[in-house]
Amino acid sequence: MAIVNPTMPDAGPVVASRSFLSRLRDGDEIARLITFLFAASVVLITVLLVFELWTNSALARQKFGLHFFVTRVWDPVMDQFGALPFIFGTVMTSTIALLLAVPLGIGASIFLAELAPARVSDTLQFFIDLLAAVPSVIYGLLGVFIIVPLMRTVIYPALNKPFGYLPMFKGPSYGVGFLTAGIVLAIMVIPYIISVSREVLLSVPRDQREAALALGSTRWESTWKVVVPFAKTGIMGSIFLALARALGETMAVTMVIGNTPKISASVFSPGDTIASVIANQFTEATGDLYLQSLVGLGLVLFLLTFILNGLARLLIVVTTQKGSGKGNQ
Amino acid sequence: MKRPALLLTAVLALAAIVWAENPLLINGAGATFPYPIYSKWFDVYHQKNGNIQFNYQSVGSGAGIKQVTEGTVDFGATDGPMNDDQLKAFQDKRGSAILHFPTVLGAVVPTYNVPGVTGALNFTPEALAGVFLGKITKWNDPAIAGANKGVNLPAEDIVVVHRSDGSGTTYVWTDYLSKVSEEWNSKVKKSTSVNWPVGLGGKGNEGVTGLIKQTPGSIGYVELIYAVQNSVPYGSVKNSSGNFIKADLASVSAAAAGTAKDMPDDFRVSITNASGKTAYPISSFTWLLIPTKFQDAGKRDAIKGFLKWMLTDGQGYAEPLTYAKLPKEVVERELKAISKVQ
Repeated sequence: MAIVNPTMPDAGPVVASRSFLSRLRDGDEIARLITFLFAASVVLITVLLVFELWTNSALARQKFGLHFFVTRVWDPVMDQFGALPFIFGTVMTSTIALLLAVPLGIGASIFLAELAPARVSDTLQFFIDLLAAVPSVIYGLLGVFIIVPLMRTVIYPALNKPFGYLPMFKGPSYGVGFLTAGIVLAIMVIPYIISVSREVLLSVPRDQREAALALGSTRWESTWKVVVPFAKTGIMGSIFLALARALGETMAVTMVIGNTPKISASVFSPGDTIASVIANQFTEATGDLYLQSLVGLGLVLFLLTFILNGLARLLIVVTTQKGSGKGNQ
Repeated sequence: MKRPALLLTAVLALAAIVWAENPLLINGAGATFPYPIYSKWFDVYHQKNGNIQFNYQSVGSGAGIKQVTEGTVDFGATDGPMNDDQLKAFQDKRGSAILHFPTVLGAVVPTYNVPGVTGALNFTPEALAGVFLGKITKWNDPAIAGANKGVNLPAEDIVVVHRSDGSGTTYVWTDYLSKVSEEWNSKVKKSTSVNWPVGLGGKGNEGVTGLIKQTPGSIGYVELIYAVQNSVPYGSVKNSSGNFIKADLASVSAAAAGTAKDMPDDFRVSITNASGKTAYPISSFTWLLIPTKFQDAGKRDAIKGFLKWMLTDGQGYAEPLTYAKLPKEVVERELKAISKVQ
């Protein structure tokens, strides 16, 4: 089934025909300059952020160099610092969170945008927006009081008994750990995915659906084969947002991950993430090297976010080209 | 026209009040553990001396040391004494020395959740070190069972819970373990956060308590004050005289009294594993960090005045807030040390 590309508007209004002075007098030029400054501030803040992280981690970079990325030890007493366990924990929890949240979130948004009656959709949307606004410490409490006991009594036996021979389901469970943190993160990011994806799906032009229906497709065929591919870029955007929140989440993760800088293939074992260790240790970090290593971890997190976002963008480019033949943008 | 005039009068009046009441502001930052007693002291002292106002931020011992070294605050506060490198850094940066003034005492207690055990357990130093090193892994291990005759300890795995955030509590706990265990002293050492051989981390006293409540077979450590105020059950620890002591205000003060005689002049002393029959072994001072030289004579006199009051009348406010008072010998020596501030 062919997919019609959305027509892109032209890059901006034609302004060159009038003199600079008259544009200035009419306020167009002023508006342009002011909004340009606002836009430029985003770049400026990013550059400043990297600069600060870079200069304040100089000691750690000089002492450990690239070994910082592969060292497993985090010992403030002996001044030995390595980022590997925290990188591992950050990637592991975010991956678990996305694996759980993406199918759930996209499924729910398809139902809300395409299949549910408008009143149901709007009511549910209200609750989803409410969930997105809940502070993360509340999700942490939810994790501590509901998911941790559930993990020990229900989820762990259910996964460990039949699949215990797999390295990822091996070992004992303390209730806290990668999987618990992943589940809490999934609950936190689902509202983002649903909310953004629903908006994107709703903004797909009516013509697209009607054309598909007119060609004899069923309601589900029109949804799954026309509307969802049309909205793919926007849905991917919602997943980015979810990923960004999962990578940087601090409070809720700290409360349920066990805060142990160890690397283990088992999803039941306790671990630690970059954001969580920074929040935990920053205030009492006494030595200069200790403090700068924590800033260095911040730099690593920035890098990690950068790489994962880049990879996800690459994925979009590749998949949209495959999906629509010509590529959407 | 009436309204602006009224507004102007009000603003002028307010400005006059602020001007007249503008007190001498003294800034401090540091440890969170003594924050309740410090804020009480500063409040009472301000009521008695309206021209002096203290502003204390409980940002953590490490941050307190950093800020006083950089001179962004007038005084610091810490749960673990500054080490020699930090003292040297202060001397290099500020050209004068810094003094430690013990203010009150605190203690750290072992807390646990063992299925089927309701009473208080006894812990030997060897048992605590073994458990936190990961060498003792079952609750019915002879090292634990030997000190708890008559208690039916299960053959359950021990789950160690420690602080995940840097903390003076961790400093006192690891300081104690370093003193009683050679292996701990060589492998892990003492600090506000260490590379734990085993266990899970919880953020803050409440995080540790939460994890222990949730995890059968767990053991951890919290501040005595936190345990008392939140009715967290805790065990007794065998002291250097061989007695099992449960932490309370009296046994913590006793630990300080035991070391008062051999206290160094700079008051940087660890009182873990102190001598004394009734001394609780995991006790510690908490200190105010006062520079010896002040540019501003007004601030200097205000701080000296406060120190004097804190060591005498101020001590009376400690026990209602469940902090142990300083022993008399220590107070006398500190009163003499105040003259070093110039």
